Amino acid sequence: MYSDKVIDHYTAPRNVGSFEKEDKDVGTGVVGAPECGDVMKLQLKVENDRIIDAKFKTFGCGSAIASSSLATEWVKGKTIEEAAEITNSEIAEELNLPPVKIHCSVLAEDAIKAAIKDYKQRKQNT
Amino acid sequence: MSDYIYLDNAATTPVDPRVFEAMTPFFIQHYGNAASRNHWFGWKADEAVTNAREQIASLVGCSAKEIIFTSGATESNNLAILGAAQMYREKGNHIITCLTEHKAVLDPVHHLETQGFKTTFLKVDKNGMIDLTELEAAITDQTILISLMAVNNEIGVLHPIDEIGRIARKHGVLFHTDATQAAGKIPIDVDKAQIDLLSLSGHKIYGPKGIGALYVRRRNPRVRLSPIVFGGGHERGMRSGTLNVPGIIGLGAACYYCMQEMSQESQRLISLREKLEAGLKENLDYVFLNGHPQKRLPGILNLSFSYVEGESLMMGMENIAVSSGSACTSASLEPSYVLRALGIGPELAHCSIRFSLGRFTTDEEIEKTIEKTTSVVQRLREMSPLYDMAKEGIDISKIQWAETH
Ligand SMILES: Cc1ncc(COP(=O)(O)O)c(C=O)c1O
Repeated sequence: MYSDKVIDHYTAPRNVGSFEKEDKDVGTGVVGAPECGDVMKLQLKVENDRIIDAKFKTFGCGSAIASSSLATEWVKGKTIEEAAEITNSEIAEELNLPPVKIHCSVLAEDAIKAAIKDYKQRKQNT
Repeated sequence: MSDYIYLDNAATTPVDPRVFEAMTPFFIQHYGNAASRNHWFGWKADEAVTNAREQIASLVGCSAKEIIFTSGATESNNLAILGAAQMYREKGNHIITCLTEHKAVLDPVHHLETQGFKTTFLKVDKNGMIDLTELEAAITDQTILISLMAVNNEIGVLHPIDEIGRIARKHGVLFHTDATQAAGKIPIDVDKAQIDLLSLSGHKIYGPKGIGALYVRRRNPRVRLSPIVFGGGHERGMRSGTLNVPGIIGLGAACYYCMQEMSQESQRLISLREKLEAGLKENLDYVFLNGHPQKRLPGILNLSFSYVEGESLMMGMENIAVSSGSACTSASLEPSYVLRALGIGPELAHCSIRFSLGRFTTDEEIEKTIEKTTSVVQRLREMSPLYDMAKEGIDISKIQWAETH
């Protein structure tokens, strides 16, 4: 039912945790809704337009946890422009998600985009 | 196998070895057709079927002649509902059931709507209980059938079947009960509860899969049903098809052992279930019971672990088999309609786990389950953004969540 990669990320999730939300170098994206059974919080720490660290917390099924865990791995070291180009289908493919779980990868892509948007807004305001 | 802990007995049970043993001669030794009247093979099969019919009848307090064999509770429910609707169509076209019934009741009732029948789906309160005043008020001069389950399969709530039967009889309406989860677990007497039609299934009571029965009352009143399967006229013309002799022997034996052991077994299951519930509530905060605190089946415990999604929890439980009302376990992405009917918000329905205990559940397994569930819930809450918010005192229901799908 689950691919090995999903199980791996679920049992040993990478980068679980939080950064200080108010930090101006941090962008936070919260997507999903409890009623839908998934909420992802993804945070990026940015230095000179490059993502130097990332953290997540996810309420959701194993595939949602794996998608967000993978997303944190992938964004690290990328520029924010590069990170914005990560697509849900790349995540779904990497994790071998079945069709009913594609929405988990969509959520992970949305979370990356929301975190980048938050980071940019924060920078503009300072 | 012994590494696995099976707490999904409401989905299906293993066959009891004693039941299995009773069945074995009927595959390669006594393989006769119970309808063969003219030779020893047929007599032997028929004799065993007659005995099984008696065993099933005594479990629910009816006569052996009132038992119709089917392929399971799904078919029993279909035959009861579609068969009664067709037979009594002249009398009326209204059927009453409720929102928390199994799909094997809801779907035939919905099918009848397309055939011009009117239906009422009773609501339930937050404990899963119907309101008897509402039931009585829903009856019209067109009502021909009330179908209400004895025990709910997801939350284990016991409907007040004695009162339902009394109301149905008072208004001259037939009463069908889906007793799939109740039969063999709690005492049921079709005369005491004035039940006219009752469905049960082998594989929920340590018998084999693919065999079930429908009780059809023969006197006061004599209930007649139009068949939904046509053929050789077996089972008083209500269900054609060569009898599944080994299955029937298994169902009979299963009923026999359930009846023998019911009072002791239910005490044992209640204490195991209470231990499980108390243990989990002691170790974890934000644990909520789904269903009725008192009126519930001994073996079913349905809990919501807030801020942890049910499927991810089941994934972490690894070798412990349970089930969840979370949407992620279904293709529809909708959480359990039963929990929703209780008014449980989708955010809590997604967090629900049904533990269903059975005859082979041990004390040690319950202890292991408490331990494992606790550690997985704790681990998942550590990575749950909602748990953080709850601890910070943020009311999650008041947040405007962007995404809706
Ligand atoms: C309440 C209830 N009714 C009907 C059924 C269907 O039974 P069967 O699998 O014998 O068709 C089940 C089991 O899934 C059940 O729990």
